[in-house]
This record gives sequence, structure tokens and C-alpha cells, in this order.
Amino acid sequence: MSFWFWRGLRKGVQTTRYPKAPESAAGVTPGRPVTTQFPSAHEAARAAEVCPVGAITAQNHSARVNLALCIHCQRCHFGDEPMMEWRSDYEWTRLPDTKQRYEPLPKAYKRSLHIIVVDAGDCGACLHEVKQLNNPFYNMHRLGMFFTATPRAADLLVVVGPVSENMRVPLLKTYEAMPNPKKVLAVGACAISGGIFGQSFVSAGGVSSILPVDLELPGDPPPPLAILHGLLAVTGRKAPVRHESASERSS
Amino acid sequence: MIVTPAPPTAPKKLEIEEIAAAVRDRFGPAVLLSRGQRGVVLSVSLLEPTTLPPISKMLFWDMGCSFGGIVVEELKGKWRLSYLFLSAGCGWVEVLVEAPSTVSALPSISSEVHAADWHEREAEDLFGLRFEGHPRLGDFILHDQMWPEGVAPHRKLHRELIDVHQEHFRRRPNSEWRPLLVVQDPGAFAMPVGPIYEGGLGQSVHFLLETVGEDVVRAVPRLFYNFRAVEKIAEEQPVSRVLLLAERFAATSSFAHSLAFCLAVERISSTQVPARTKNLRILLSELERLRHHAGAITGICESTALSVAASQAAIVEERLLRASCQFTGHRYLFGLNTPGGLRRDFSAESCTELLKAIDRAVTDLHSLEDGLYFTSSFLDRLEDVGIVDPEKARDLNFVGPVGRASARSGDLRCDCPYEGYETYQFEVPREIEGDGYARLRILFQEAYQSARLVLQAAQRLEPGQISTPYEFLSGGVALGWVEAPIGPALHWLRLDASGLVERYRVITASFNNWLGFRVAVEDFAFQDFPIILASFGLSPTECDR
Repeated sequence: MSFWFWRGLRKGVQTTRYPKAPESAAGVTPGRPVTTQFPSAHEAARAAEVCPVGAITAQNHSARVNLALCIHCQRCHFGDEPMMEWRSDYEWTRLPDTKQRYEPLPKAYKRSLHIIVVDAGDCGACLHEVKQLNNPFYNMHRLGMFFTATPRAADLLVVVGPVSENMRVPLLKTYEAMPNPKKVLAVGACAISGGIFGQSFVSAGGVSSILPVDLELPGDPPPPLAILHGLLAVTGRKAPVRHESASERSS
Repeated sequence: MIVTPAPPTAPKKLEIEEIAAAVRDRFGPAVLLSRGQRGVVLSVSLLEPTTLPPISKMLFWDMGCSFGGIVVEELKGKWRLSYLFLSAGCGWVEVLVEAPSTVSALPSISSEVHAADWHEREAEDLFGLRFEGHPRLGDFILHDQMWPEGVAPHRKLHRELIDVHQEHFRRRPNSEWRPLLVVQDPGAFAMPVGPIYEGGLGQSVHFLLETVGEDVVRAVPRLFYNFRAVEKIAEEQPVSRVLLLAERFAATSSFAHSLAFCLAVERISSTQVPARTKNLRILLSELERLRHHAGAITGICESTALSVAASQAAIVEERLLRASCQFTGHRYLFGLNTPGGLRRDFSAESCTELLKAIDRAVTDLHSLEDGLYFTSSFLDRLEDVGIVDPEKARDLNFVGPVGRASARSGDLRCDCPYEGYETYQFEVPREIEGDGYARLRILFQEAYQSARLVLQAAQRLEPGQISTPYEFLSGGVALGWVEAPIGPALHWLRLDASGLVERYRVITASFNNWLGFRVAVEDFAFQDFPIILASFGLSPTECDR
């Protein structure tokens, strides 16, 4: 067994410095499209047309992005049409449209957050990215965050997937079994709006039609650092970001 | 070390004419033979559905074909059922049954070809089509405690049946419902696991572990918690939209699925893709396979609680995810394939970067493999666990790495090459033991072969176009296939005259292997269950669609 012990030590520390310092390693995030100014209204309209899910809307010379709908198909990232500007950040967690203010969990949860994840019809990508938080690069234990096997011990419900009909009841039961205070974080475009699956006879089209959602994290899938930001936002150690449209209104 | 013993029943490679002749000899007046089209090499139309079981039996058992799956289509006023068989080396053989849509029952083939069992259950659930002679229909995709009888959502007749506002949706579960238990013994009970387990980090699937105390007698998986009806919601949608669906229903092999879909579309429109694209597609497919296998190895190490090894495998996986993101812009290779080619080109410098990352991954995997093979406590937990012997593997038609660990030779990259795989040098590793350890060795070997293929593909990249414009000419039907990391992915696509999808059928390796998992995994100790599960590396969400 000592063999593995030495091997582990030899590998050195791989863990990111985030949230103390930003992470800049290549490939940690796919980035996201942001509001882009175009030379003409016509070009802005063409850039908006490229989006297959209607996440981009053109207004005069600018094209704005509703990240909640974005499924990271990259149609607006590479191609011949006028392209959107992409930014390589990962702090995406935000308030749902219906909410004005966010009350984080009480102080006691800051370094002790127990999380239960529910795969409610996910394609495997979001779930896999959540799972990556346990790997040495992200190592969420150092921040006092733990996955728990039972809803009775969970403070946070992380939901991935559009809520398939067959997972609706297990999801509800999980939520009801959690003690108060509890929070719900919807991870991924599918969990927010149904994503590419939308609303159908077997898809509820997002978690908010079933449960009250406290925070939502766009992306298809959001990278592990974005999920880490989401978890930090739940405990109040990071602030959720403002909607792009909201920040534009205030400026 | 690659062990390549002769399989117990070496299937002789047959020419398509030989198969046609044999079918004609035995079933002459009852069938119509024709050259298949659009991906299928031989089409056998049955004049009478009663010929179906014997002809399936002959193809599967006597001609050495493997079973692909059943494609049920409801066309104007008639059923069209296509039973796909793969004859290694010559291609897909289709057995075609047509019946008026008033017919509600067809003969079952699952007593002859066991691998067809779940395909028939699925058709019964979604199309309301009965299969006479099938031992157990019902309670499959539409779970009985939630769905009323008589809903056949994939039928075209009753669109109102799938209306979201119908009262039979969003129902409360029927509390009277009880699962069917088989083990009847004093003290026998069933331990439920799932659908939310491992803190929710496992994909949704439920198991009933039937036991009399110490050992599990049967492990019955209950799937389709993630059923999103991909095949149904694709209908009446344009190709560009369905491509997004094909890419997003099973992310761990998203490139393979989007490629299989694009191949089907390209076959319908007779689009030729440029040589550079073919090589790039192989490069990306193998990158995905390498990453997937690194993830599967992580899963096996985690299941045995060997945490340092699991961490080191996870480092390899995360580095490959980052390399994929740096290379393509997406960690899971979304948004690359398009009918006619690829959506973006890659510079020589980025290829060099990728090769460096792959080289590093292979070095790390080699070192991890050496460490694991000298850790006896780890090997003890894998050896002789979850054994699928070669006979069972053949009987249940195991495919992909799991099948190859049980002496199955199937690999679509060799058996029915696409995108120019026939011009590449690589080996398909095989083992005969069929236990967890054999499956682990296969994963390592395949990962190295994938790295080798990426290198070859990168060396073959000549400057040139990356896509031919895709033009819709006329409707039609075609089969696209790809050897995804978990095994074959078949995408059957029918486009109507206006270019919209009329029928989209996805057959995945997970669907196939989950059936086998149920039958093959019997009589094991409780503590071995996570290890067996991890060593099979099956994806519920890919199975559920």
C-alpha cells in the first residue's frame, strides 16, 4: 500500500487555487457568448439567426444573449456568418428570472455543505462535470463541501436534466425528504428551460415547473469551475452574477 | 499484453452471395431478396411473418451474424419492421416484415435470438404491437406504476395521446404496484438500489437485488428513468435540429452519436465528405474513446476504493477533457459534426498540442496500469467477478469492450468500416476470461489503440476542405453506424419529401448490454455489486434515450 502513498505524493498538488485566485489553465471552460456590437443592424440580425434555440436576440447594432437558453452548440462561435464574441469565464450562476434577491444559507453552512445530486433525465454531461468536483483538480472537500447519499442529510439539491416524467416523483420525494433550510440549484440548460428536449409528454421542461429553484447555472454542460462557483454562491461565499440584461438596464 | 486466442466458435467470414444463396435455398418461395440500399447490403422481404423466427435463427446461429436491433416504423397504413443483422466483413442484412397497420401482433423472435428480447418489449410499450410467444411484455419503458395501459406514444395515429395536458401525465404513482420478484425461498427478499444512489452521482437506474441473505441471486435493473423520447420528439423536425438531439442524449459518446446521425443523412443525400474531414472525424472519435476509457478506468478504481489510483485516473481524464476543450472549444466535443463534414477546421499547431496531451495521457495510463497490475488487493476484487463466459456473450450478443472481454470479436471499425477505418492500422484487443479484470485490461488496451489511431489520423491530415455543402435532394431512408466507445451506435433515419424527419431510431450498445447484464450477472456477493457495475461501464442514459 505504501507504493500508492508515494505515488500520490510524487504527483504533487494539482488542485486549482480557485476561489482564492482565478484559474487560467487552458480548457477549464468552454466559455460563453456575450453581448456583441456589430457594425450594422443587418449583421447583428444575421448573428442572431444563427442560433438554433433563439438564445440570441438582435437589437439595433448589438446582439444579446440569454444564457439560460444557450446549449453551447457553438454555431455562433465558429462559422462564416458574423460571429458572437465569446468570453472564457466560468462564474455563471445567477438568480432565476422570477427572483429579485437571494438569501444564502445561514453562516453555519459556510464550510459544511452537504449536497445531494439528482439526475433527472440528464445526458450525462452535467452529471459528469458535477462528479469532476471530486477529482484532484477541483477537490471540493477542501472547501467543506460533500456529496451525501441521503436526502435527510442534505442541505442542497443539485438537479441536472430537464426532469423526465419517470424521474419526476423520485425528484419530488428527494426534495420533500430534505430538512429545512434547503436550497435547489438547477445545473445546465436542460434543468433551467428543458434545453434541447424542451417540454414534451416525457419532459417537464425544467426544474422550476416542479420545484422552487433558488439559483440556476446555465451551460451545456457548465464546467466544474462554474459548478464550484454555484456551490459557493449557495453558501454566500460568492455572489451570484447579475443577468446580462439587468446589468444593461442599470448602466 | 494482448491475448488473442481463437474464439470458441470462430464464425467463418461469409460473402453476401453465400448468405443470399443460403436464404434462398431454405426459404426460397417465402422471401424476396434484393440488394439493400443506403447502408444495408442485403434486404430479405418476408411474404409471411411466420417465416421470421426461423430466418432470424438461421442468420444468428448458423450464419454467424450478430444481432443489430429492430426498427419499427409506422408508415402510411402499414407496419414496417426491419430486423438488422450484421455479417462481419460484408455488412448489414435487413429482414423486412410488412403488415397492415390493423395487425396488432407479430411472431416473436426472442426465444430464438435472445438479444431481441428488449427490442420487442420496447416496441410493445411504445407502439402497442404485441409479439406472440414473448415471455414477458409490459412494464418496460413506461413504468407500470406511473403509466396507464394502452398509451402507445410512438404511434402516429393518436397525437392527442402525447399531449402534455392529458390527464394521464403528471399522475401520482399507483401505490398498489409491486415489482415482480422471481426468487421464492424462505427468507428471500429484494433490496432496492436507486434510482438515486451514490449521492446521485450515478446515472438514474434502479436495481432490485434479490437475495436470500448473503449472496445476491439476481440483480434486476429497472431502466428508462431518463426516457426523454428522443425518437418521438425528433419527428417532423428538420435535420439540423435532430442533429442537436443526437449529440445531446448521451454526452459521454456524443461525437460518436452525432457522427452516426450525420453518416445516415449523408447516405440519404449521397453526400461525399472530403478526405481531410474523414481523417479528422476518426481523430475526434478516437479522442472521445480515449477519454471515455480513462473515465471508465477511474470508475473501476473508485468502485474498489483504491483512491490514489482513482485520483490518478481522474487526472488523466480531466486533462483529456481540457485538451478536448482547447482543441475543439467544447469539453464533450459538442457542435462539431454537421451533415457533409465538420463545422470547423483545426490548425496544425493545435493538432500538435493535442498530440502532446495524448502522449502524456498514454504515459500516465501505462504507469497507472503497471501499478494496478501489481496491487494484489485490487486484482482480488476484480478477478472472477461478474463473469460473462463466451457462450453467454454470444447468446446475449454482448457488444463493445464488454463483449470483447468475453471473446467476442465484434468491432464495427473492422467488421463494417466507415470513414476510412479500413486504411488504418490498429488492433482490436480481445480477452477470454470475461471477468472484471479482463474488462479492465480491454479498456487499457483500447485506450492505447485509440491513441495510436489519433496519431495516424493526425499524420494523414492534408490541407483541404472540411465540408461539402449538404443539400437535401429527396426523402429516403438510411442507416448510419459508428463504433461508439461503449459499442455500436446505429442511427436509422427516414426523411420525408420535404426534408423533415419521419422516423428516427437510435439503437445503442448500452441498450443491448443492459439486457445481457441482467441475465449474465447472477449469484454474487453484495460487496461486489458496485465493482461489477463499474466494470461493465454501462450508461443508463444512453440506453434510455
